[in-house]
Amino acid sequence: MANRITDEMIDYVGILAKLELSGEEREQAKEDMGKMLDYIDQMNRLDTSGIEPMPHVFPIQNVFREDEVTNGDGTEETLCNAPETKNHMFVVPRTFEQ
Amino acid sequence: MELLSLSAVELSAAVKEGKTTAVEAMKAVLARMEETEDLYHCYLYADREGALRRAQETQEKMEKGELTGPLAGVPVAVKDNLCTRGIPTTCASKILQNFVPAFSAEAVVNLEKAGAVLIGKTNMDEFAMGSTTETSAFGVTRNPRNPDHVPGGSSGGSAAAVAAGECFFALGSDTGGSIRQPASFCGVVGMKPTYGTVSRYGLVAYGSSLDQIGPLCKTVEDCAVILEAISSHDKKDSTSLERKDTDFSSALVKDVKGMRIGIPRDYLGAGLDGQVKDAVWKAAKLLEENGALVEEFDLSLVDYAIPAYYTIACAEASSNLERFDGIKYGYRADAQGLHRMYKATRSQGFGPEVKRRIMLGSFVLSSGYYDAYYLKALKVKAMIKHAFDAAFSQYDCILGPAAPSTAPRLGESLSDPIRMYLGDIYTISANLAGIPGICIPCGESEEGLPIGLQLLGDCFQEKKLIRAAYTYEQLAGVQSAPIVKPLPAKGEKTDVH
Repeated sequence: MANRITDEMIDYVGILAKLELSGEEREQAKEDMGKMLDYIDQMNRLDTSGIEPMPHVFPIQNVFREDEVTNGDGTEETLCNAPETKNHMFVVPRTFEQ
Repeated sequence: MELLSLSAVELSAAVKEGKTTAVEAMKAVLARMEETEDLYHCYLYADREGALRRAQETQEKMEKGELTGPLAGVPVAVKDNLCTRGIPTTCASKILQNFVPAFSAEAVVNLEKAGAVLIGKTNMDEFAMGSTTETSAFGVTRNPRNPDHVPGGSSGGSAAAVAAGECFFALGSDTGGSIRQPASFCGVVGMKPTYGTVSRYGLVAYGSSLDQIGPLCKTVEDCAVILEAISSHDKKDSTSLERKDTDFSSALVKDVKGMRIGIPRDYLGAGLDGQVKDAVWKAAKLLEENGALVEEFDLSLVDYAIPAYYTIACAEASSNLERFDGIKYGYRADAQGLHRMYKATRSQGFGPEVKRRIMLGSFVLSSGYYDAYYLKALKVKAMIKHAFDAAFSQYDCILGPAAPSTAPRLGESLSDPIRMYLGDIYTISANLAGIPGICIPCGESEEGLPIGLQLLGDCFQEKKLIRAAYTYEQLAGVQSAPIVKPLPAKGEKTDVH
């Protein structure tokens, strides 16, 4: 495997992805990611110099519309999916440590 | 009249002629599900009472002349990553297990306007990440053509429901082949339209620049009619296109004289199952004998499509799936502190394949690797698009297989992710290039498993695909009618390997 994923790298990816991996899962993730990177490294065989990256197949620019409210009050329906609510608001766990 | 063997268009006509009713059609589907759903598991949620109530309401509107379209009264199944108001939408993920949307996807609204009647929500790979429907958090779906085999994926539940007669047609979504490949494995018709043709509003995003919604159905006629119903310009989706040429059923013409069809040499080379190759060649010959100009050509860059696709799709997925954090909807893990809760929720809520893709996506977008992976993939994508542009200056359609093999056995694919990803080789470039593709049945293997023929067209050229596919279907007399045959006796239920 050409791409060796170190413990530091997998920790960093865990922070970015907001995922925590247990011991076994972590070893598997390191191996899987290494293999995938080896595989997608194939792209390096292709000379892409002078090619413009194409994020979108059609030349779509920003699409604007008036910011008008067209839906009704969906508060109840929206909040009923939340794990925890209080006074028509979402409840979140403590954000700052004491 | 055997209702379940009718196509969607035939059923709606029969209801209008008074030969049957929307309620009878729904009852037939529900009875069929009663018989086969324990084995196939096509659905994650079926709202039986609601389905019958909706069918009754539709019947009344049809009798009053308020609903007259070609899909009025027809029971439809919808993939579980399309939001349905008041009806659970889980994306086959534990993290969305209890989510009930407050709105419906635009494609679903369009179908309801056309008078189609929702049955329920179909199984899929978790967040559409997978090619077999085995990454679903809620159990596998079996292929109705042979229950030891997978139905394909990620729209496996939708394809299997059509093949099993558990619906008259279904909606799926296609990010890298997720409509066309299960259509191929289950022996039904499936189509991914040009990017932007069907609004993605209400489709839970996986790879936003690649995702498109499309039909899974029994005939090419149904396919054209359904696509016509769900296509719309929608201001709620900024990538939605304003098209004036969505009268797709006008292309249901049995004539391919003079049509230029190219077969990429790389699509019939190494890695392709011999029986699939023979069936696809036979289909090409039939079109040639009827006036199409068929030749082989070099498409180039075929090997680069999968690496570019997984880089882009995982990058977009890592961003799109950030929203599942246990705050506004879905599962929340019990953990102290906001950040620990985020991590615990996501780690417990997502399955292994989803985590694998989120991590890869986070990595290729991270500082120091962005240029080498993500930007490189966008350049490869540009080159692939240019290769298709060159091909479509020569040909009206590109013909080939939809998958390198027939449906694998259950349990065979997940152990080696890269091998599973390689199965997407013929479908994936259409998503990168934004072009339309259709898959129709073109025979079966010695083991009786369906083989699919894929036709790709230039952007906005769905009509050429529909015309070629319709002609082939009529010439070959291919039927993808549901299997209405006795099931294995009780106790013969096959094991998951």
